[in-house]
Amino acid sequence: MVEFTLPKNSKVQKGKHFPAAKGVTRIKRVEVYRWDPDTDENPRIDSYEIDLDQCGAKVLDLIIKIKDEIDSTLTFRRSCREGVCGSCSMNVNGKNTLVCIKPISDIKGTVKIFPLPHMDVVKDLVADMTHFYAQYSSIKPWIKTQTPAPADSERLQGVEERKQLDGLYECVLCACCSTSCPSYWWNSERYLGPAVLLQAYRWINDSRDENTGERLDELEDPFKLYRCHTIMNCTDTCPKGLNPAKAIAEIKKMLLVRQEG
Amino acid sequence: MKDKYKIIEHEYDVVVVGAGGAGLRATFGMAEKGLKTACISKVFPTRSHTVAAQGGISAALGNNGEDDWRWHMYDTVKGSDWLGDQDAIEYMCREAIPAVLELEHYGVPFSRNPDGKIYQRAFGGMTTHFGEGTAQRTCAAADVTGHAILHTLYQQALKHEAEFFIEYVVLDLIMEEGVCRGVLAWCLDDGSLHAFKAHTVVLATGGYGRCYFSSTSAHTVTGDGSAMVLRAGLPLQDMEFIQFHPTGIYGVGCLITEGVRGEGGYLTNSEGERFMERYAPHAKDLASRDVVSRAITMEVNAGRGVGDNKDCAFLHIEHLDPELIHERLPGISETARVFAGVDVTKEPIPIIPTVHYNMGGIPTNYKAEVVTLKDGNPDAVIPGLMAIGEGACVSVHGANRLGSNSLLDIVVFGRAAAIRCAELIKPGTAHKPLAEGAYDAALARFEKIRNAEGSLKVSEVRLNMQHTMQNHAAVFRTADILAKGEKEIAKVRDSFTGIKISDRSLIWNTDLVEALELDNLLDLSLVTMGAAANRTESRGGHARDDFPERDDKQWLKHSLLWIENNKVKIDYRPVHMYTLTDDVEMIPPKKRVY
Repeated sequence: MVEFTLPKNSKVQKGKHFPAAKGVTRIKRVEVYRWDPDTDENPRIDSYEIDLDQCGAKVLDLIIKIKDEIDSTLTFRRSCREGVCGSCSMNVNGKNTLVCIKPISDIKGTVKIFPLPHMDVVKDLVADMTHFYAQYSSIKPWIKTQTPAPADSERLQGVEERKQLDGLYECVLCACCSTSCPSYWWNSERYLGPAVLLQAYRWINDSRDENTGERLDELEDPFKLYRCHTIMNCTDTCPKGLNPAKAIAEIKKMLLVRQEG
Repeated sequence: MKDKYKIIEHEYDVVVVGAGGAGLRATFGMAEKGLKTACISKVFPTRSHTVAAQGGISAALGNNGEDDWRWHMYDTVKGSDWLGDQDAIEYMCREAIPAVLELEHYGVPFSRNPDGKIYQRAFGGMTTHFGEGTAQRTCAAADVTGHAILHTLYQQALKHEAEFFIEYVVLDLIMEEGVCRGVLAWCLDDGSLHAFKAHTVVLATGGYGRCYFSSTSAHTVTGDGSAMVLRAGLPLQDMEFIQFHPTGIYGVGCLITEGVRGEGGYLTNSEGERFMERYAPHAKDLASRDVVSRAITMEVNAGRGVGDNKDCAFLHIEHLDPELIHERLPGISETARVFAGVDVTKEPIPIIPTVHYNMGGIPTNYKAEVVTLKDGNPDAVIPGLMAIGEGACVSVHGANRLGSNSLLDIVVFGRAAAIRCAELIKPGTAHKPLAEGAYDAALARFEKIRNAEGSLKVSEVRLNMQHTMQNHAAVFRTADILAKGEKEIAKVRDSFTGIKISDRSLIWNTDLVEALELDNLLDLSLVTMGAAANRTESRGGHARDDFPERDDKQWLKHSLLWIENNKVKIDYRPVHMYTLTDDVEMIPPKKRVY
């Protein structure tokens, strides 16, 4: 029988514990994945006890409190702190989300914070996004037209045509959806993943874009598109409430209609 | 020092620092013109704070009612409380129309009118016929216009195959005999240091809202480029002018767009009174931001605040059609739900004036070239250095910016920088070698902070700074409060030498990043407080209780602020009270009433 073992450095160890000060009544236990690229040490889980009476309401507030007051080496991305920039995507208690809009009160018991799953870790909670961004540029996410734009006015777009972009253009490229997708975990080299396909559909669906045929040609590929097996983790996890699974289904439908036509 | 760190050298025609709206527009504009351009940013471009702009971008397209760019110019000059340079304002308002059409052609998903044209909404201070009517001038993509524009600009940069250096922290300018020769940067991913030589460096590094405790700004809004300019011995301009946005969510500071009031929203006090009718009988809730913020503060001070502590006001849209809210204000509905626990279709949002925008910054002309006062010339250009966006002070916003003029500012002057660079630089021009020790000062600062072994936490010093600024340079100011503030902020700034850095790594050392940012913020706080104490009048965003009137005789001039020997040095530049062309006349100062 074949025996599998995980690589030595993939074993996550127990890390340091930082207890709350005496007399604190509303304690929240927080566990955070830590990995330091400068040492040979395995990743570890540090645990912290945080006084909720002295902390903001979101998971990002917990993380910032740890960095500010307990351990300033804790490393993570954050910027807007209001759910629009997409920097602070992480895995919290098993689900990918933007920690700046994730209420602590949603979590019963210990808060467990990990980097986005199945991504290379650069340090602590910072995932390597290089490949994800490269996939985004690979779909040529800009308007392509043959007809020149009118010289002195905008291109016209009807209210209904514009509505076709709602639920698509709002994506913040946080990668929560793609990194929640088992199919993406297995085939991220060749499967574009839900976030990038959502953006591909955003341009296919824009009445102003004149490159639909070529965009569909590019996606008609067993891996780029058809590794989506409608698992729906993407839609379930999207912190912005978007529906990448539906966008992927629409692309598949368009390809089918085209074949029949 | 140079031997200790291996420095990787790069040569470009142009280096753009920052990848927000201004930086991106400049970057692909340069690439379009054949200039070899690098864009360096400490965050991935779509994380930049432009993404958080909500309400829209102004341009006199006239899609939703009559309009004229001259009216836009009038409103902007009046909004600036006459501190704006009128040549630059003319340029911006005139260029607004092609700039917004260009954005549409790039693919920005603007909301639409039934005739298919871009939808435009009303915004504060935007009028028709030189103050007579209400203009609908603000082009909107629902209430997430900044996101729509920033992503589109990044897409255009991808199309033009612009070169990016992402998650690189720029440490300092490389200056030689008054000429900017490039920048020194630190790559977070692998910890390496990089020297970028450039014929022109364009600073597009944004504002510095994080000086304050309560601000709509992202954590990354730390005025890095502006502080580099100070360290290079150059001045910043009009730093006393800080815009408080009337409607930040109480307690957390998240922005609720003025577009809410543009769509029919209004403010009330504890008596349920629509108090803006008293302060601005004509424009009411759509008066300029400084006016509305002062009104809210005065209501609270008079004991008519709402909430448990009676220290905020209510913003209502529950009377609007839920369908309209869903279509035009989906973003703030979500933000209000997440951060205030409010269903905007049923109840009001508790709001408070919150630090939002820096009118001041790096002085430039309308071509984006950085200028200074030199040998009596107030418009002396610094060769090789440009600044655009919120970090720059062109000055198109003067003492107070109108809502939806900042998204405009970034695209117009991002483009202007590219045009000017194309005039000045022949692509591929050879670089002279840098002088021996060109990086020494920058490296010494980096090394010193990196190895700081004091006892204070970075977060502790930052909090002291933020409270000092919040308490001493707020909506209303007095000589007494400011004098104490000057002493206090100098003390906090001195305490920075006592910080401790715990992370010793060069890879993704955000402990060090935050310290470098704090160092920048402290210099900017110092000059802000100094400038505010110095200006003994009230104008736009700078309101002095002890000098309640505008004083054009003494103060119709830009402040210039240097740091010399840890002290603020102040001088002045005249306001450009002239236009660029004969198509419009200079707008002479008059009393500013809304």
